[in-house]
Amino acid sequence: MVGLEHYLAVGAALFVIGIFGLFLNRKNVIILLMSIELMLLSVNINLVAFSAYLGDLTGQVFTLFVLTVAAAEAAIGLAILVSFFRNRGTIAVEDVNVMKG
Amino acid sequence: MSVADFAFYLFALTTVVGGFFTVVSRNPVHSVLWLITAFIGATGLFVLLGAEFVAMLLMIVYVGAVAVLFLFVVMMLDVDFAALKAEMSKSLPLALLIGVILLMELGTIFGVWQFSDGAMAARVSVTPALDVAHNTQALGQILYTDYILLFQLAGLILLVAMIGAIVLTLRHRTNVKRQNVVAQMHRDPAKAMEIIDVKPGQGL
Repeated sequence: MVGLEHYLAVGAALFVIGIFGLFLNRKNVIILLMSIELMLLSVNINLVAFSAYLGDLTGQVFTLFVLTVAAAEAAIGLAILVSFFRNRGTIAVEDVNVMKG
Repeated sequence: MSVADFAFYLFALTTVVGGFFTVVSRNPVHSVLWLITAFIGATGLFVLLGAEFVAMLLMIVYVGAVAVLFLFVVMMLDVDFAALKAEMSKSLPLALLIGVILLMELGTIFGVWQFSDGAMAARVSVTPALDVAHNTQALGQILYTDYILLFQLAGLILLVAMIGAIVLTLRHRTNVKRQNVVAQMHRDPAKAMEIIDVKPGQGL
């Protein structure tokens, strides 16, 4: 019988993979954004799992808002990435220092 | 092992393996495709949990929009990804250390946690029985009443994100001929054309 813990374990594993990806691909902004998407997905899995096992729909409503923010974040992040690449010709994180002053 | 259990393990494995290869894949296009795999696995998990609406939304929003957006950007940018990946082995120990520490911290939670006695009484919007309202209907009934302000704000966030993305990526290049509709419509045949009576043998 699959219980709540099983879903939480999947969520935890996915979150750790997201963190792992953040530190592993410190130069490549595209993979960084994808890692953040993975972490948000793990949060969604946790919310939906608790919502299903408690019988409370609020968790699923919250998931909708997390989805909205994640989509907006991806769109803005990729737009910044594209305009940065046009100006500098690179997407390495270390080169993002135009505003250093 | 029942069919539901088998489906859970299948989808969980798909999600975790997809996530793992998203972060370790050498080719970013493969990364995006693995990300789509992870999202499809998570969609299956949501269906198993009885959250069909969120599952379908995840499929449409993530696989249909966000992943395709990633794919477009990866293919549009002409980046030397091999050079970016070359440094990956240098940061591997730190990444492994932090990942293992975090996994152990999360693992300690599973041994001791329990629901509080008041958890069932503290529920805000109890899921109705399936014969009263199915998932999508029940979600709509609370989303458009109790959470209407948050719902509108979510729409506003998407609007701001859309405008921001357009403003950031739109550029007007010079040296490009463009259609000027107003000037085109205000052209007068009397000024634009004239009939010349050409004398024979002289030309213009």
